[in-house]
Amino acid sequence: MSTGKDTWRKPPFISHPGLRYGLYIAVSIYVVLTIATLPIDWDRVSDGMRRAQRIFSGAFPPNFDRSGLLIDGFLESLKIAILATVGGITLSVPLAFMAASNISIKPIYLIGRSIIIVARSFHPVIVAIIFVKAVGFGPFAGALTLVVYSIGFVAKLLAERIEEIDFGQVEAMRSVGAGFLSTLVYAVVPQIMPRLVGLGIYQLDSNLRASAVVGIVGAGGIGATLANAFGRYDYDFALAITMVIVGAILVSEAVSGLVRKRIA
Amino acid sequence: MLKISKLTKRYGSGDPVLKELDLTVEGDQLTSVIGSSGAGKSTLLRCINRLVEPTSGSVDLNGTEFTTLNRRELRTARRRIGMVFQSFNLIDRLTVMENVQSGRLGYISTWAALTRRYPREDIRHAYELMERVGIAHYADRRADELSGGERQRVGVVRALMQRPEILLADEPTASLDPKTSEQIMSLLRDLASELKLPVIINIHNVTEAKEYSDRIVGMRYGRIIFDDLPGKLEKAEMDEIYAGVPAMDRAEVGAVA
Amino acid sequence: MMSTQSLQQTLDHWSRFTMRQRLMRYGGLTLTLLVVAWALSSIDVIWEWVWDAPVQMGDLFGRMMPPDPSNLPSILEAIWQTVNIATLATMFAVVVSLPVAYISAQNTTPNRVTLWIGRFILVSSRSVNTIIWALLFVAIFGPGIVAGIVAIMFRSIGFLGKLLGEAIEEIDQKPVEALEACGASRFKIVLYAIVPQIMPAFFAIAILRWDINLRESTVLGLVGAGGIGMILQGAIDTFNWPEVSMVLLTILALVVFGEVVSSYLRKKIL
Repeated sequence: MSTGKDTWRKPPFISHPGLRYGLYIAVSIYVVLTIATLPIDWDRVSDGMRRAQRIFSGAFPPNFDRSGLLIDGFLESLKIAILATVGGITLSVPLAFMAASNISIKPIYLIGRSIIIVARSFHPVIVAIIFVKAVGFGPFAGALTLVVYSIGFVAKLLAERIEEIDFGQVEAMRSVGAGFLSTLVYAVVPQIMPRLVGLGIYQLDSNLRASAVVGIVGAGGIGATLANAFGRYDYDFALAITMVIVGAILVSEAVSGLVRKRIA
Repeated sequence: MLKISKLTKRYGSGDPVLKELDLTVEGDQLTSVIGSSGAGKSTLLRCINRLVEPTSGSVDLNGTEFTTLNRRELRTARRRIGMVFQSFNLIDRLTVMENVQSGRLGYISTWAALTRRYPREDIRHAYELMERVGIAHYADRRADELSGGERQRVGVVRALMQRPEILLADEPTASLDPKTSEQIMSLLRDLASELKLPVIINIHNVTEAKEYSDRIVGMRYGRIIFDDLPGKLEKAEMDEIYAGVPAMDRAEVGAVA
Repeated sequence: MMSTQSLQQTLDHWSRFTMRQRLMRYGGLTLTLLVVAWALSSIDVIWEWVWDAPVQMGDLFGRMMPPDPSNLPSILEAIWQTVNIATLATMFAVVVSLPVAYISAQNTTPNRVTLWIGRFILVSSRSVNTIIWALLFVAIFGPGIVAGIVAIMFRSIGFLGKLLGEAIEEIDQKPVEALEACGASRFKIVLYAIVPQIMPAFFAIAILRWDINLRESTVLGLVGAGGIGMILQGAIDTFNWPEVSMVLLTILALVVFGEVVSSYLRKKIL
């Protein structure tokens, strides 16, 4: 009955031994080399610790004296986020139709996809810098940035949703001789509408977050207020701003989560 | 010998699920516990190894009183009780061998558990048991690649790896088709006598219970109302065990018959 | 116009609550329009600039063409640095996020205090943007790649910890019960019953975050925290627009590369 076998090894994840050890060695070399060549200047760090301490002791307690400035900055962020969401969604709908492989024709599909890929690839801060250089400091640059940011997200997911639609309805419309546009409006739009509303609410939330960041490079909103406070070493005011941003993000996340749950 | 006395379990402030229950199991008996859903079978089994904390009463296994152990002592004591589950409770993404060896987790070092370098003695024992139940060739397979009956065999071997003093089986065949279910029952019966191991099985299928057990315990509303040889379980006793007021009880009888 | 029509369409589908839904939808629409009107009328922009914007944009793009590859070697070196920042930061963050996820999942956290500590770590890490973290760590470590790695890491911990925690909360409890019945210690239960179950989620989440971190690492340089952003900032400051466009193209290539690699890894591992 007994085989007497008393050894067992877990079958390795990668069965080919050469490949396995090659991978292990390559990964370890990469990790060791990159960590070993990190330029850590410990004198600078200990100096930095003192500086960090100065920042933190300067930051406590947070200073809400200039709450007028704070509220203005925050409202500006909110306006940027709202306008960018509306603008972004307005542009995303046609783009999504262009980039949906089941609706669109090949050349237009490729154009739509490329626009989306480009919009997604650049971090909003980079886009913001370019826009600030092109159209000047202020909330307009911020709104343009977030329009691009919204397109990257909303148009992509909306295009994917369009690709999943029930094509029977489209065929039904075509069979009664409807034109291209009315087919879209009657057979496709109703199917993607709930998704669009959900995406819009989600995007408003992420635009509000992002608007706090793009302000740091001069694109208006509360980020600009924060960057100014940091630049003037008003660390207590900077902390107050950061706390407001964190609070606003938490509230907006909770609200958008709630609204999306109600809609879905 | 497992001796349960005056065992009571109450969830929250509701009616007790187990009411001052007494039960003694010894030798290599295979004892089947039958009763409708909600009769307290599963709670009874889980109170033995304190997966469910009993409210009062005593559980004594070969001289160890289980109800008063602290967490650390309980962990050590649990190694002496093997348990088999209705839905097998295997770790799907691990190999059969790892699942089987997880029965030894109470014994081996953390390092051995982490690196999967199990003691030779354990591996030999595992192969013997797996061969006995016919799954040795699956040692390197992932548990979720196996069929239901094979998975339950892994579950049984895992429990036996503990070298338990008693084996508890909670509806071990309820997720299996009739043929496989009979195979698992006869396996449990044979193992009980081969290993001189007392086995307690919660079971819904009364026909199977009568065929494979040495003793049948009938529960109703947290009490034992029948405790005798399978042959003594006649229609009258069956009615008493299953003829509960709730519709669920009647449905249960229908399903069994 | 289009959205009104489509609302109408949706209404036909959901005729059960017609009246209420109709009210809610029109209410929502009106509210949206009011909010947009408020934002448009009060936002502090100089409208002449807005009308002028297309010309300005065209002008800027004109100056960017053609991209200037003469500085390509140092651009590529900075890209390599960017990849390293993202990779190292993701690795460190994964290691740190494991215990955080463990204490912030309701079914594994030792007690309520640890649960709240875990949640506090997650929220503070996630709410503060990478750039803000980078500002702080540049002040501590001085400008350079180290500040960038730590900033990305601090930001990633919250993301990884939250998703991993959710994965832990979704595990099947049955194997845990089985191992408890075997008398296994808490740590061994984690090792055998929990870790294997969250493995796929773990890899998927780590790869996803790496992909995100590649993008985030491209902007660290703008606040002095290393990577390709440094070169971008330099080129913008000196109005070297052909080099700016070259850098942007390389970033595009990097991000596309990251997406290809991460989708390959996902397929390979899962």
